[in-house]
Amino acid sequence: MASQPRGDIAINAEECKGCGLCVESCPPKCLELAQELSSYGVHPARYVGQGCTGCGICFYCCPEPGAITVYRLAPPPKVTVVVQGGEHAATL
Amino acid sequence: MEEKRAAVLDDPASSSGYEIVHSKSKVFYPEFERKTDLKHQTHYCPGCGHGVAHKLIAEALEDLELQNDTILVSPVGCSVFAYYYFDVGNVQVAHGRAPAAATGLKRACPDKIVIAYQGDGDLAAIGTAEIIHAANRGEKITIFFVNNTIYGMTGGQMAPTTLVGQKSTTSPWGRRPVNEGFPLHMSELLSSLEAPVYIERVALSDNKNIMKARRAVRKALEKQRDGAGFSFVEILSPCPTIWGKDPMEARRWVAETMIPNFPLNVFRDRKVEIPVNNAPPQKTIAELIGIEKKVDGKTSEPARNHRFHDLTIKIAGFGGQGVLLLGQLLAEMGMREGLEVSWLPSYGPEMRSGSAHCHICLSKERIGSPLISQPSVLIAMNELSLRKFASQVAPGGVIIYGRTALPVDFSCPQAQIVCIPASELADKLGSAKVANVVMMGALLEETECLSPATAMQVLEAKVKNPALLELDRKALDAGRLYIDDTVAVGAVTQADGFAQ
Repeated sequence: MASQPRGDIAINAEECKGCGLCVESCPPKCLELAQELSSYGVHPARYVGQGCTGCGICFYCCPEPGAITVYRLAPPPKVTVVVQGGEHAATL
Repeated sequence: MEEKRAAVLDDPASSSGYEIVHSKSKVFYPEFERKTDLKHQTHYCPGCGHGVAHKLIAEALEDLELQNDTILVSPVGCSVFAYYYFDVGNVQVAHGRAPAAATGLKRACPDKIVIAYQGDGDLAAIGTAEIIHAANRGEKITIFFVNNTIYGMTGGQMAPTTLVGQKSTTSPWGRRPVNEGFPLHMSELLSSLEAPVYIERVALSDNKNIMKARRAVRKALEKQRDGAGFSFVEILSPCPTIWGKDPMEARRWVAETMIPNFPLNVFRDRKVEIPVNNAPPQKTIAELIGIEKKVDGKTSEPARNHRFHDLTIKIAGFGGQGVLLLGQLLAEMGMREGLEVSWLPSYGPEMRSGSAHCHICLSKERIGSPLISQPSVLIAMNELSLRKFASQVAPGGVIIYGRTALPVDFSCPQAQIVCIPASELADKLGSAKVANVVMMGALLEETECLSPATAMQVLEAKVKNPALLELDRKALDAGRLYIDDTVAVGAVTQADGFAQ
């Protein structure tokens, strides 16, 4: 579990306009502009593949509504105890 | 777009213990139905501040669960297309008028969240009057003011907010205060007013300030949701294209040059204070004129069985002859008889001796337009009005002419013409001023459109002086009697059978 990175990020290259604000803003510096061009003729942002903490800063700096999706490692699943005879589950 | 969504969901990350924490807000349309084929992205330039501001607003609306209750007023400027992006109620209004339109929307729909999104050319230049008065009235709306110190959409002209020394196409040597004045500080200006409850200036300059802006946007919407009052957030925003900088430089320019000139601050943050309702008691029209209330907004049963579905009357004469007043009396009579009514006056700048006319509609249904192009009845108090408007009268209509006889060279074959020497009759009664009431008597007797009893009710309510009221009563009777005795019975003298 500890080896898993805390966050992950998906960038839609078709929505990215290559402004580079996310690259500059990313605190752990794990984004870069791709060498190759997108179909719109810009160098889209790209996740280098490691280091994302899932902080979401890049999402707020990005002017495009849906170009960036940020994931965060979910906390361990909560233990659910079903109370005998009851319909509702109590979450611990 | 669906494919993209699916791709995201199928992403290995999402299926291995990761959850989405930030993604495209549901407040945005899944696809932007613009005219161009670029339906998956906004029309904003790379690095534009509008996109970030949009995302902050969308996220706040989603988190506060206000999407279905929001009306967004789009401005004129780069953000004119906000209605392509936000899946909320949208209105796009004339340049600078967003606060005025938002005022109307909020007052008509007080339970909705009304947002005006404006740029600095829109809000601080052409719309200065609207924003100041909306703020001063304390309208319970939220304004997001995106300030990039320049006109973006039109190609970089100087705005009221342009900084001293900043170059633009209309200040090519830089803004000089001696010639162009100093930049306008809207947040400071509005915070000098008493009514606003929340005013803050934020900047999209770096991570920290963007998160501050996020909180400000949220707070402004919460203020409106809680009914607190006018909330205003000024967002200093980069415009890389017009400034001629790359997106990173532009953002730094906001931090290094704009913020020192437009200091970030919370200028006003009042707690929610619901003011004591000191509004005067609002009376309905029905209560005011003492008639029965309408039930469920529908027209109540007419007090009288009118023979017409709708009746359009034009009254014309000289100013001072009581033309407009006669129209008001007829409209009020219609209201008392349960009809829908409208009264539209038209007169020149001169109050007396100029020509004046008014349009009255009486209808059993809601009236579409108070303007009448083809009246069914024309009341012409003088020859000028007769000649001017007779040709407009609908075929089979009635003209009531306030003189003894028609001009010799006048003919109007499509209408029935009734002549009544109203001024002379009124003069005999004691005052030529009641000529309009004589004409009303003639109208009621000739067309039987409204009841003379209603006329007396209205006159009793309007005329406080008993002597004048008596004069009006006589004038009304004189008009009716003249039609009865002189025109209808004894005066059918013309070859065509019409009374003269």
